[in-house]
Amino acid sequence: MPLCPGTPTPAHSTVTETHVITTTDLTKVYRSRGREVTALDGVDLHVREGEVYGVIGQSGAGKSSLIRCVNLLERPTSGTVTVAGQDLTALAGRGPRAGRELRQARSRIGMVFQHFNLLSSRTVQDNVELPLEILGKSGTERSRKARELLDLVGLADKAGAYPAQLSGGQKQRVGIARALAGDPKVLLSDEATSALDPETTRSILALLRDLNRQLGLTVLLITHEMDVVKSVCDSAALMENGRIVESGTVSELLATPGSELAAALFPLDGEASGDDRTVLDVTFQGESATQPVISQLARTYNIDISILGAAIDTVGGLQVGRMRIELPGRYEDNVVPIGFLREKGLQVEVPGRESALVKEGAK
Amino acid sequence: MTWSEMQPLLAQACWDTLYMVGWSTLIAVVGGLPLGILLVLTDRGGLLQNLAANKVIGQIVNIARSLPFIILMVALMTFTRWITGTTIGRAAAIVPLAIGAIPFFARLVETAVREVDHGLVEAVQAMGGNTWTVVRKVLVPESLPSLISSTTTTIVALIGYSAMAGTVGAGGLGDIAIRYGYQRFETQLMWITVAILAVVISAIQFAGDYAARSLHRRGAHSGPAPKLRLLKAAS
Repeated sequence: MPLCPGTPTPAHSTVTETHVITTTDLTKVYRSRGREVTALDGVDLHVREGEVYGVIGQSGAGKSSLIRCVNLLERPTSGTVTVAGQDLTALAGRGPRAGRELRQARSRIGMVFQHFNLLSSRTVQDNVELPLEILGKSGTERSRKARELLDLVGLADKAGAYPAQLSGGQKQRVGIARALAGDPKVLLSDEATSALDPETTRSILALLRDLNRQLGLTVLLITHEMDVVKSVCDSAALMENGRIVESGTVSELLATPGSELAAALFPLDGEASGDDRTVLDVTFQGESATQPVISQLARTYNIDISILGAAIDTVGGLQVGRMRIELPGRYEDNVVPIGFLREKGLQVEVPGRESALVKEGAK
Repeated sequence: MTWSEMQPLLAQACWDTLYMVGWSTLIAVVGGLPLGILLVLTDRGGLLQNLAANKVIGQIVNIARSLPFIILMVALMTFTRWITGTTIGRAAAIVPLAIGAIPFFARLVETAVREVDHGLVEAVQAMGGNTWTVVRKVLVPESLPSLISSTTTTIVALIGYSAMAGTVGAGGLGDIAIRYGYQRFETQLMWITVAILAVVISAIQFAGDYAARSLHRRGAHSGPAPKLRLLKAAS
């Protein structure tokens, strides 16, 4: 079925509770000239079937090593990788070369790359046919499948063009079509939009989202752009120094006090609390987003509330709002209004007072 | 010497040169291409990493390249006799020409193949391709324009070497220039030979550049064409 990129798709999610990609205690150590660099330090990743999972981190955080360990382009030093129920690390054998079984498993995992990695000597059509050639499909079957896929990514008219004649976004669409040629259940995206401009990035992400919804494709993507996570991901993980420091579904993350990812998804400006005022970060999700809680608070306690900053957005298909407000008086004077907000199902954080929150949580 | 006397000499010499260079180029490509690819694959980080093998192949290539052709020709006489049954004549000259050109071409292939973006290799590995697939579908097709340029360079170098093949009675244009032009003071014949060589080499270089460029261009928008390099130095 042809699918126009960018068209709104039914918002029903296809996520199930089955884990389709699992890494257990994954470690990767690079050794060169006596120096050791730990790129992955005990990474446990669980990607559920049918979700778009984003791994975000700065360059050097180990996210590239992680995604390349998933299809064993990079051999993990220790730990296991399971994709669609198959333990790939067990298939890998000992030698550096990939055996037949590992190669077969790889052919069922699609991968798209930051720099597209299309063969410049082949036409668009022939590039998409390449994985099918490797799978040993017949000529007619290859060209039928390739046309179907090019249609799917909206490039049917470019079949005879060479990659150098295409724009970046078109090249990435070819890359995606090629990655889908082997009918994979899983798509790995290695910074697929990092070389693209913002508008093209949006259209490629919309395409990935559509494919995820329509084909039930599980997508694991790595990125350094928070916007990517915000616009397509159901779940996300934050990587720092080879470790996953936070992970979960987007709503779980937003509900986690002090979550760096949540704060990054919804950056709020404004000064921290002082002697005569208390600054609060309030997060709304789902039901609570529709209630007039702020005016209720003002009326109930007869206090003046100033709004320092606010944002409402859809993250992973979820309506979310975040607001930074200021109440008069010190924190200790505002314990009751804060309790009121929490009672209403809102998540309240006091910037710069993490320790106080923890103490309160312990009570 | 009149033109009617020179003509059959020159025709025969052209044919001899063509014959020797043609066969030895063919053998050099057939032998040098896998050797050059092997040099890349066995190197550190290569798909068939094997540093010991890489060192050995690299050393053999270096030694073979460092020998002056005329010495190689003499040194290989036993081998040549074993292969062709003789050490003189055109067929006997092809053996050292080819053996001299294999490592030369292999190094050029190595450089060309190394230029191929590693991302493409990774992409094919991610599709489930093995090393042979990588060689066939990526390394060779993607470096084809450079490989054609390398072949052109090798042909031009072989025409240069083949001038020395006259010393084993193999004939050819270089042989004519030395025997008639230099030793018998037939200056006119010598200049004609030089002119023929210049034209032949220019034509080969032009054809090679054209082929490489048109292969290269099918990718590019309308990028600037590489400059023609006429009479590229033969070594």
